[in-house]
Amino acid sequence: MTDNTAAGPDQFDGAASGRPAPKTETADSGPMLAADGRPLKASLNRALRRQKLRAMMLIAPLLIFVLVTFIAPIADMLFRSVENQIVSETLPRTTTELATWDGDAGEIPPPVVFEALYKDIFIAQERKLHTRLGSRLNYELTGVSSLFRKSGRNVDDMGEVYQDQFEDLNAFWEDGENWNRMMATPDWLDDITAWSEDREGSQPPFEMREEVAAVLPETAATFQTFADFVQFEDEDNLANEDPWAIVYSALYEDLQSGADVASLSGPGATELQEAAAAVAGFESVDYTAAFHDVDEDWHDIEVWQTIQTYSPDFTSGYFLNAVDMKKSPDGPEMRPENEQLHIMLFMRTLFMSLVITGSCILLGYPVAWILANLPARTANLLMILVLLPFWTSLLVRTSAWKVMLQQQGVVNDTLVWLGIVADDSRLALINNQTGTIIAMTHILLPFMILPLYSVMKTIPPSYLRAAKSLGATNWTAFWRVYFPQSVPGIGAGSILVFILSIGYYITPEIVGGTTGTFISNRIAYHISSSLNWGLAAALGAILLAVVLGLYWAYDKIVGIDNVKLGG
Amino acid sequence: MKLTKTLLATTALTVAAGMVSAETEMADEMTIVSWGGAYSNSQQQAYHNPYMEMTGVNIINDESSAEAVAKLRAMNEAGNITWDVVDVTAADSIRLCDEGLAMEIDFDEDLAAAPDGTSASDDFGDTIINDCAIPLIVFSTTFGYRTDMVGDTPPTTVCDVFDTEAYPGKRSLEKRPIGNMEWALLCDGVAKDEIYDVLETPEGQEQALAKLDTIKDDVIWWSAGADTPQLLADGEVVMGSTYNGRLFSVIEEQNQPVEMLWDGQMFDLDVFIIPAGLPEDRKARALDYVRFASDTQRLADQAKYISYGPARASSAPLVSTHAELGIDMAPHMPTDPANATNVFNFNYEFWADYRDDIDAKFQAWLAQ
Repeated sequence: MTDNTAAGPDQFDGAASGRPAPKTETADSGPMLAADGRPLKASLNRALRRQKLRAMMLIAPLLIFVLVTFIAPIADMLFRSVENQIVSETLPRTTTELATWDGDAGEIPPPVVFEALYKDIFIAQERKLHTRLGSRLNYELTGVSSLFRKSGRNVDDMGEVYQDQFEDLNAFWEDGENWNRMMATPDWLDDITAWSEDREGSQPPFEMREEVAAVLPETAATFQTFADFVQFEDEDNLANEDPWAIVYSALYEDLQSGADVASLSGPGATELQEAAAAVAGFESVDYTAAFHDVDEDWHDIEVWQTIQTYSPDFTSGYFLNAVDMKKSPDGPEMRPENEQLHIMLFMRTLFMSLVITGSCILLGYPVAWILANLPARTANLLMILVLLPFWTSLLVRTSAWKVMLQQQGVVNDTLVWLGIVADDSRLALINNQTGTIIAMTHILLPFMILPLYSVMKTIPPSYLRAAKSLGATNWTAFWRVYFPQSVPGIGAGSILVFILSIGYYITPEIVGGTTGTFISNRIAYHISSSLNWGLAAALGAILLAVVLGLYWAYDKIVGIDNVKLGG
Repeated sequence: MKLTKTLLATTALTVAAGMVSAETEMADEMTIVSWGGAYSNSQQQAYHNPYMEMTGVNIINDESSAEAVAKLRAMNEAGNITWDVVDVTAADSIRLCDEGLAMEIDFDEDLAAAPDGTSASDDFGDTIINDCAIPLIVFSTTFGYRTDMVGDTPPTTVCDVFDTEAYPGKRSLEKRPIGNMEWALLCDGVAKDEIYDVLETPEGQEQALAKLDTIKDDVIWWSAGADTPQLLADGEVVMGSTYNGRLFSVIEEQNQPVEMLWDGQMFDLDVFIIPAGLPEDRKARALDYVRFASDTQRLADQAKYISYGPARASSAPLVSTHAELGIDMAPHMPTDPANATNVFNFNYEFWADYRDDIDAKFQAWLAQ
C-alpha cells in the first residue's frame, strides 16, 4: 500500500466508457446524475446514510452500554464538582432574604433573615436535612456542622412561644382537626374522612380554602408545606396530625400585619377574630436573640458570609479548593501556606508517573528485545514470567514488596550480609517515594514489555544485518536502524504506563508513606472518608483534564499514529 | 396477597415457635456489614449464630465496613439499599446520622433493657453518642512496644513515644490527625481537660504539629489496623499505635515479644447503625436483630472472642474467659480499672466539626 496507488481509481474513472476524458470536462457540464435522475451526490449520500445507519445499529448495543455504564456515571460524578443546590434548597427563605445583605458593612443580617432562618431550619430538621447542610458548609467553615446540629435540636422551643399563647387563648388551637376544618375545603374534609375509614388508594392531597389563603397568606403557605410533608414525606394521615409550631408563628405574623379576618366565615372564623384582637398583647419572639442563645456563632459575620457565598446553585468553590485557593468575600484567594496541598500532590503525581514510565522503558526495553530475538520456545517460556504478575493479585504483589523492602526485610538483610551497608544505617526503601517507584515499576512493567515485544517482533532481523554489512558498528546499527523502528512500541507502552500510574492509589497508599502518595489517594479519601464528593469530583476533573492535555500534546509532538500495540 | 401468605407460612414454619410476634412481617434474610477478620468472627459467634438458630433467619456477611460511609451514600442516592445492619466506628456513625443515611433509634423502645430492669439508655450511658448509633463495644487505640528493643526501662507513659533519645527506632502512628494531635498536645504539657480547647485554635493546631514534627523522621504512618502488629512483629518499629484487640492477638495468640502500654489510651466505640429508608419488613427484621445482638448477654459473650469491652455497664460482670485460650479476659479489656488509669475520652463532636479543617492541615504537614 503506497500513496500513488490510492489515486488509481480516480484516474481510470471513465475507463468503462472507453473514453479517458480529463476531469475538467465533466465538471463543467452540471451535476452528474444517477440512473434515476437524481444528482449522483445526493443518491450516493443516501446510500451511504443507509449503510451508516446499519453500522450504527450494529454498534448501538455497545454504544448504549458504554454510555449508560461509563460515560453517564463519569459525567454525573464530574457534575458534582460545581453542583451546590443543597444550600438554597435547604434554606430557601434565608438565602433569598440574605441576597441583599452586605457582609462588608460588619453587621449581622437584619431580623427578617433570622426569622426566615427559623422557618428554614424548622422545616429542615423535620425533614432531617439540616445536619446534611451542616456537614456541607463545614467543608468551608469549621464549626458549622455542630452549629446546625445544635440549632436543629433547639429550634423546636423557639416557636412554641406563639403556639403556647394561641393555645392558652383558646383550646380550639390545640387540635389539628380544628386546623384542618379551618384551612381545608369541605370537599377535601369529606374525602379524608372517607379515606381514613377504609384507607383504600392514596391519601387525598390537601386542598386549601381559597378565601383563607387570600386573608392569611403566610399561614396558608406554611400550612401547605406542613401538609405536603405529612402526606407525602412522612406518609402519615393528615387528619390525625397537629400542625408545626411554625404554623402558629405564621398565623401570628399574619394577624400582626392586620389580616382582614372579619371577612372570613366558616369554621374557625370566630376564633380567628378573637385571636386577631389578642395578638397585640402577645409576647413576641426576637429570633435574632433566640439564635444567639442557641449558639453565639449565629452572630458571627463569617458564618453568614459563608452561607451567602455558597447560596448560588453552582459554585466554583470545589475547583478553587482543588487548586489550593478559596472563595472569600473579596474574590478567590490562596489558602494559607499550611493548608496548601493539592497543587503539590498534582506535581508529584505527574513527576513520579514520569519517573515510573522512564524506569519501565529502561527495564522493559532489553527484556522485550531478548524476547523478540529468542527462538519461539524459549521466548514463550520467558513470556510466562512476564505475564505471571498479571495473574497475581495487586495487593499480594504490593504486600510482597513490603516484606522485601522494609528495613528488616530481604533486600536490606542481603545488603548487610554482603557488607554493602552497615547494620545501623539500613536503607529506607519503603514508605517513601523510592518504595512507590519500585513497586509501581514492577507492577506496570508488563504494560511496557508487551507492546514493545509485539512491535519488535515485526522488525526484520535482516535490517540489522544489512546495516552491519554496510559497515555500521553495533551501536550505529542499533541506534540508527533498530531503535527508530521500535519507537512506536515505546510510545504505546509509555502512554499505557503513564496513564495507568497517574490514577493509581492502592500501591502508593500501602508503600508510599507520606512522600510517595499521589493525588488519587486524596481523591479516595474524600470519596470514602470525608464524603466531600464535590472536592473529589473537582480533583478528578482536573486530573482528567491534565491527562487529556498530555495526550493532546503527545499527539502534537510525536503523533498518535506513531503508536503501535502490535504488528 | 397469595405470595405474602406463602411467605408468612414459610416464615412461620422456619421460625421457632413463639419467638417472633406475628404482628409485623419480617424479612427472612438479612445482610450485616462488618470489618472482617477476628472482629467479624466474634460477632458471628456471639450474635449471628444464636440469632440464626433462634429465628431461622439467614444472615449474609459483608466485610465492607471500611467503605461503609461512601457505599451507604451511593446506595441511598441510587435508592437501592442492600444492607440491613452496618457496623461502623463512632465517628462514621456521626457522619452517617448527620447525612440522614442512618435511621434514628429510640433507645428505650427499640433496645432491650438490662436484666435488672435498668433502661437501655441508662445502661449504655455515655456510650450513646447520637440518635442513630447502637453501641456495641468499647475499643481503644493505644500503644504496644517491643520488649526486646526498649532496654531495661520499658516505656511507662504515652509521652515516651515522643522521646526518641531514650527509645530510638521507628514508631508507627495512624495517618490521620485524630488521636495523634491529642497525644502531641498532652505530651507538650497541655492539661488533659484543656486539650480540645487548645486544639480548637489555629495556634493549638500548630503546637500539636510542631510537637509531632520532633518525631516526624522516625514515624511510619499506618492506615490499616493490621499494619502496626505486622511492623511490631517484624521488628520494624519499636512502638506503635493500633487497636487494643490487634495487640492482644499479637501478644497472646502469636506470642510476640510485645507489651501493651495502656497509658493515654484513646477510647472509641464500634456501633451498629440501620440504614435509613429500608422497606418495612427488612426494617422490622433489622430492629429485631439489633435488639437481640445488643442485649446484655450477647455483648458479654462477644468478649470471649476478642478483647474489646462491652458497651453496656450491665455486661461487664458477665465477661468470662477467652473461648480458645482459656485466659481471663477482664484484664485485657480497655475498660478494666487497672488499664483505664489514664484514659482519653475521644471527643466526637469536636472531630465532627474540626475533622475537615485539621485534616487538611495535617495532610499538608505530612506531605511537606
